[in-house]
Amino acid sequence: MSVLEVKNITKSFGKTEVLSGINFSLKQGEVVAIIGSSGSGKTTLLRCLNLLERADGGSITVADEVIYDAADTGRHSEEDIRKKRLNLGLIFQSFNLFPQYTAIDNITLAPRLALGEAIKNKTVPAQEKAERLAAITQEAELLLERVGLSDRRDYYPCQLSGGQQQRVAIARALALKPALLCFDEPTSALDPELTGEVLRVIRSLKDEGRTMIVVTHEMEFARRVADRVIFMAHGVIVEEGPAEDVIGNPKSDELRAFLQKASDVNGADDKNTAK
Amino acid sequence: MVLGILTAARGGTGFLDVTLKLLEGFEVTLLLFALTLVFALPLGLVIAFGSMSRFKPLKYVTRTFVWIIRGVPLMLQLFLVFYVPGMLFDLQWPTELFGMPINSRFLAALVAFVINYACYFSEIYRGGIESISRGQYEAGQVLGMSKSQIFFKVVLLQVVKRIVPPMSNEVITLVKDTALARVIIVVEIIMAAEELMSRSLIWPLFYTGVFYLLFVGILTILFGWIEKKLDYFKA
Repeated sequence: MSVLEVKNITKSFGKTEVLSGINFSLKQGEVVAIIGSSGSGKTTLLRCLNLLERADGGSITVADEVIYDAADTGRHSEEDIRKKRLNLGLIFQSFNLFPQYTAIDNITLAPRLALGEAIKNKTVPAQEKAERLAAITQEAELLLERVGLSDRRDYYPCQLSGGQQQRVAIARALALKPALLCFDEPTSALDPELTGEVLRVIRSLKDEGRTMIVVTHEMEFARRVADRVIFMAHGVIVEEGPAEDVIGNPKSDELRAFLQKASDVNGADDKNTAK
Repeated sequence: MVLGILTAARGGTGFLDVTLKLLEGFEVTLLLFALTLVFALPLGLVIAFGSMSRFKPLKYVTRTFVWIIRGVPLMLQLFLVFYVPGMLFDLQWPTELFGMPINSRFLAALVAFVINYACYFSEIYRGGIESISRGQYEAGQVLGMSKSQIFFKVVLLQVVKRIVPPMSNEVITLVKDTALARVIIVVEIIMAAEELMSRSLIWPLFYTGVFYLLFVGILTILFGWIEKKLDYFKA
């Protein structure tokens, strides 16, 4: 069963075409890494999937529900879009935790607000409120434990390292139980020594059988964790296949050049650490 | 000492009498100050949303309005608000509001102050709101939050934290700007002091400064306290 079906997504900003017909699908439990140099359209693709950008053409289906169809020009209510977004979780490069809330409150905020609305709409009886709130908190505590931050429960984001913030952000996305998790360069804003803890969490999510899309610059990570790698350049998917094949045996000049550059950078890093 | 009591008995020019007389004026100052804040703070937010509206006509009308209000002296606005309705439309400011007697001059001054300060506040709000990163809105969006939930639960407190310093500036300016109300004969503290001048007392005029200083001192402490209260997070 395919969790995600992306059909012919196109997107332009003004005259610049950023995505020119993207097609791919994801099976339940599959992890796909999207690689490519900056400007290749990876992030825009992720933003289109999460409905932060409206694709100009194409459709997106998550768990058999069409969450976006450019051909459908009818107006969609904010309500409708909000509900559809919940099929996906997005983890940002810059974490985007809410600074005025503690780790636990960052995780519970959206579920609590949703509960409040449900009670107001009478889809949840008001007398269940306390019970449900307790469940939300308990769930969030489990998620914190899951990302190894139980002892940071009541810390504010400014008291956490980048790696810890990103792990809270992952827990926050998980709290809404999305069918699909998207990561937009989750370690690019981190100091090198902090990327490991975040990548380990993502890896453990894979072991749990979560379906994920990870836009990343970490070739090693892509090779080891992703079932499939998609290489994008100038708005199209240039190569796609099992990680070993795509990264180990590039067919296009573009991918060869990209991997060469990536390993140059990594090589330079290795030399630095050797000193 | 004896002289003081004697003069007080004669016409109230002793220190205590002057203080009481000035306090009467200061009461008007404080009332104008407080009511201006009560109305201008929320109105400023409405104007800020207008000036950020994606509906272009509303945005330009609002920004033009803010430009005019900020571009014309408040003193002139006081004259305009008080005299123009009567001159052009033969409308007089009411002396009664909701069955309660009210000083029509004070009411006109309040309206002018509220409009003027709401415009200044709106620009402070706008600056604060626009300084919040897009990522905060997007994080709220992907978590399925509504626009108003994002604004009130995520953005607002961060905005408040950022605008406390410019707001404290503006609020302190308002304390002293209330003195302008005397141009339409609202007897605030300086006007009260001027009335004493007709009894050949000049020192009360300078004495009013003490009232302002004390009050601004209290506000400074209050704003410091708010800043400290919001110190627990970085935004």
